[in-house]
This record gives sequence, C-alpha cells and structure tokens, in this order.
Amino acid sequence: MINETSDTLLKRPALRDSWFSRFEVLALAAITVVAIIGKFYLPRLLPHTEWLELPLLLTVYFGLTRRNPISSLLFGAFVGLSEDSLSPATIPIGMYGITKTLVGYFAASVSVRFNVDNPAIRLVLCFFFYFFHAFFYWVMRRALLGQVVPFDPQETFVHGALNAVIALPLFAVLDRIKLSGTT
Amino acid sequence: MEALLSRYRNLTVLLVVVVAQLLYLAYQVKTNRDERLIRVWAVTAVTPMAGIVEAVRHNTIGFLEDYFILLDVREQNRKLKADNDHLRMENTYFRNQLSTAEHARALTLFQAQSPSKTVAARVIGNSTVATAKAVFIDRGSTSGIENGMAVVTPEGVVGKVVAVYPLVSQVLLVTDPTFKVGVESQKGHIHGVLDCGTGKCTVQEIQNEDRIDVGEEFFTSGEDRIFPRGFPVGTVVSAAPGQGMKDVKLNLSGAPGGAEEVLVVLRGVHRPIPSAPAEDSTRAALPAPPAETGDAVASASKPQTEADKIVQKYDSIGKQEGHVYGAVGSAIPNFNLKPAAEAKSPVAGGTAAQAAPAPPSPILGSRPGVTSTASKPPAATRTSSPELTLPLGAPRRKAVTPAVPLGGQAPPPASTTQ
Repeated sequence: MINETSDTLLKRPALRDSWFSRFEVLALAAITVVAIIGKFYLPRLLPHTEWLELPLLLTVYFGLTRRNPISSLLFGAFVGLSEDSLSPATIPIGMYGITKTLVGYFAASVSVRFNVDNPAIRLVLCFFFYFFHAFFYWVMRRALLGQVVPFDPQETFVHGALNAVIALPLFAVLDRIKLSGTT
Repeated sequence: MEALLSRYRNLTVLLVVVVAQLLYLAYQVKTNRDERLIRVWAVTAVTPMAGIVEAVRHNTIGFLEDYFILLDVREQNRKLKADNDHLRMENTYFRNQLSTAEHARALTLFQAQSPSKTVAARVIGNSTVATAKAVFIDRGSTSGIENGMAVVTPEGVVGKVVAVYPLVSQVLLVTDPTFKVGVESQKGHIHGVLDCGTGKCTVQEIQNEDRIDVGEEFFTSGEDRIFPRGFPVGTVVSAAPGQGMKDVKLNLSGAPGGAEEVLVVLRGVHRPIPSAPAEDSTRAALPAPPAETGDAVASASKPQTEADKIVQKYDSIGKQEGHVYGAVGSAIPNFNLKPAAEAKSPVAGGTAAQAAPAPPSPILGSRPGVTSTASKPPAATRTSSPELTLPLGAPRRKAVTPAVPLGGQAPPPASTTQ
C-alpha cells in the first residue's frame, strides 16, 4: 500500500510540469500576444510607459518556472521575433529575437541553481535581465547595424528597477493562475 | 560526437538558434531588404485590435468619465444639482464636440492652405522598441501612402513613413536617434541638421561664426528630400559656441510623440521660409496708424535745436537783405539785424516760423514735402533776383527737378543757382 502510494507520488509529474501541461498552449500564446500588444498600445493609453517590458518579463517568468533551457530559449526567440516584426522597418528582424533567446536560456539556467520562488531573488533577477537585455540590444545595434544610438545607464537602471517592481505582482498573478490550474 | 552533443544539448540548441537568427539578420543587412511578409503578418494581426481599442477609447472614455463623475455628484446632491449635472454633461459634450471640430477644422484649414497634397491619418499604436521612436497610423497603401513620405502636423514635423501596409503605415518619428532632418534658420537662412538622438533636439553642422539667436525659428530646408521646404520645425532655446561647431538646442514646435492626428504629405511642394514670425491670429491687435497729413509734416519741421534756430534766423536775414548764400557777387548781409518776423513780435517769444506766415526755406535734412512748399520765397521778399534762396552751405550747382507725374509734363526747373 505504502509502496503503491509512493510510486504514484513519484510517477506524478511535478507541480511545475503539471501546470505547463494543463496550462494550454493557446493560453500561453494569448498571454504572449497580450504582452506584445500591451507594449504596442500601452504607451498610447498611458503616456511614458515605454519602459515597461512585458514580453521580457514573460520570457523571464517562463524561463524561471519552466527550468528547461531549450523550451525557454525557443519561447524567448518566439517572443523576440514577434516583437521584431512590429519594430520599425529600419531595424531588421532578429535583434530582439537573439536578445530574448539569450534571456530565456540564462533564466532557465539560473533557475536550476537558485530558489527562484523567493520574491527577492525574482526582483534581482528581473532587474539583472532587464539591464542585460537593454545593454545587449544596444551593443547589437551598434556592432551589427552600425546605428549610433544613445545608452543611458542611469535611465536603464531606473527602468530596470521599475520593471522588477512590476514583475513581482505580475509573477504572483501568474503563479496564482498556475495554482488554480492544478487544482 | 553524439555523446558530446547530448552532453551539451542545451548549449548546442542555443548556438543553433542564435546563429540562425544572426545569419538571417546578416542576410537582411547585406541585401538591404526588409522581410516584408513577416511584418505584414504581424501588423495585420495586431493593428486591427489596436485600431478597435483606439476607436473605443477615443469614443467612449470621455463619456464614461463623465458618467462616473455625474454618478458621484448625483449621490451627493441628487435633487438640488440634477439640473446642474445635466447642464454640465451637455457642456462637456458640446465642449468635446467643439474641441474635436476645431481640431478637425484646423487640420482641414492647414490641409487646404498648404500647397502640398496631404492626407489626414490617426495614430493607432506605438513601436515595440522602447528606444526607437515609431508609431503606426491608420492609413496605408490604399490611401496612396508610400515609403519615405513626410508626416507633419500644422504645428511642425512629425516623421517619415518607413513601412507601408495595406491599411496601416509605420512612421519613424523625428525624435528617433537614427532620424535626421535638414533645417534652415529663419533669419540668417543658415542650414543645419536636426538630431534628436541624445534625447534633446539639437541642430548640428552650424559654424561657430554663424549667428543664431535664441527664440529664432527653424524650418525644414528640403535638402533631406523628405520634408518640403518651409515647414516649421522648432524654436531655438539655447545657442552657444561649441567645439568646432555651434551648440544649438531646439524646442520642437510640434509634439511628434503625442500627436494623435497627423497629415501625410503625398506630394510635397517647397515653400519659401517666412521672413517674419507668423502672426498669432488669436491675439488682439490695433489697426495700423493713419498716414501722416501735410500739417503734421509741417509741424514736425519746426526748429528743434539751437542750430535750427540759427539757420532759420540767418535765412530770414538773407531774405531781408536779398542775399543768396553762396552766390558769386552777392552783397554781404548784416547779420546784426534782427529778422523781420522776430522784430515784429518780440514779446511773443516764439520762433520765426511761428511768428512769420511764410514757411521756412528748405533745410538740409528736412522732409521733401516741406522743401517743395517752402522753396518759393514770398513775393515781397524777392528783390533783385528770382533765384531761390538757399540756406547756408547748401549746394548751388544744380536745381532740384520735381518728379514728373505720370502722364503729365515735367515742370520747368524752379531755379538754378549757377
């Protein structure tokens, strides 16, 4: 009896995996689309919100919770390429794709080594990934495209902090959706 | 090899995905070709939703705000303020209508007045790149929009079209770091390049020797082949000598990022740069002052200084004595005599011009109208010569010939002092 119960528990997929199995791909796609449209349209509704990187936060969340580097980097590439397709025509497609691919991969890699359910760690990681994302994108525009665009570390620092603060309640909401999905 | 790949499977997949995207990026850069299909799909998928949201927001948000405000007021003062609420709602409604109509009228008026052919469009969305300043407008190739067309508002320049889709277009704003605009100053017509890459808009390529004043306006020069010449760009807020080039900071007259309705220039026509700042039609202005009459001009020729009085006195003495100043053989007048006019009314204390009915003789520097009327001395004072009396130091070579009226004969010279 005990052996059967323990076998059942061991064979049952982990909570995180069960969430992704239950959390439909369509729902994930819908959230991604909402995040991208939010970035596309939110500055029209609420001025001075260009700094809000919902697609990036979603990529980070996916990487941290999924803990699978391959699926995370593919998800990051999908989100980044979707953003690229809505970027100005002067910027070729692939810039955000590469950046978010790396973000997804590193987020999943970090989640294996740290307890990423801790809000403080999430805060630090979101800030770090925002800064990395902005800096790497700037480097690529300069190095690959030869476009001289300014990079303001102070402004990026502030925007990173704001995104990290926004990420905490956003991740909490996504966690709650995940829990409700498993019950 | 298989063992190696399976061991570093994650890293391998990462490298494959990144390298694939890099190659794709390199292909786009090398061929200088935009991958239109992907963008068309994405834009076609996203913009209808954004357009609907924008339309709903534009049409209902004001109404909803008013509704909630009125609901709150109604709860507090339901009976006493019912009429007031109704009027306020009406007022808000009419104000919104008026505001919308005025804005549309201004846009239409500008559209009609501008020689360039334009089409109005509404901004429906932003770009996904935070550092790149671009917006989407609800007009596309079906409205005749093409790549590279200028986008303006009556207040100033907005940007240029960088991507055209059937129903929407993407506009790169002038505030984008990669966007440059050829500009020209209003006063000195000094040419420069507008650059808003650092967050603040500056005009580059202006020599330190060139004079740029604070408050001076800049207009498009048309040299960028995007904006027609003569569109307002902004006002100078600071101009200081820099290292090599002048440091000119500009305040954009339009609001490229905040514009909700814009005009796309389908066919641009260059216009001259206005020589003076455009007048504000809303400012109350007095009518122009009336033209000066002959009396007013005559009163202005009264002696104003001691030198004028002395010249006038000597002129009167010359008339009394029949002396022509500068004439050869004329007797020397007695300058100790008092002029007749002054002698007649010494108590009056006025000047000779005030006392004597005769107008003063021509004075150098006096107005031409006065000269022509005063050049003839009174008949009583003409003694030996019909020649015109001239003041001290006046040239005596040629007579002044009056202007020939249109269609009339030229009158003979009044006098010659040869």
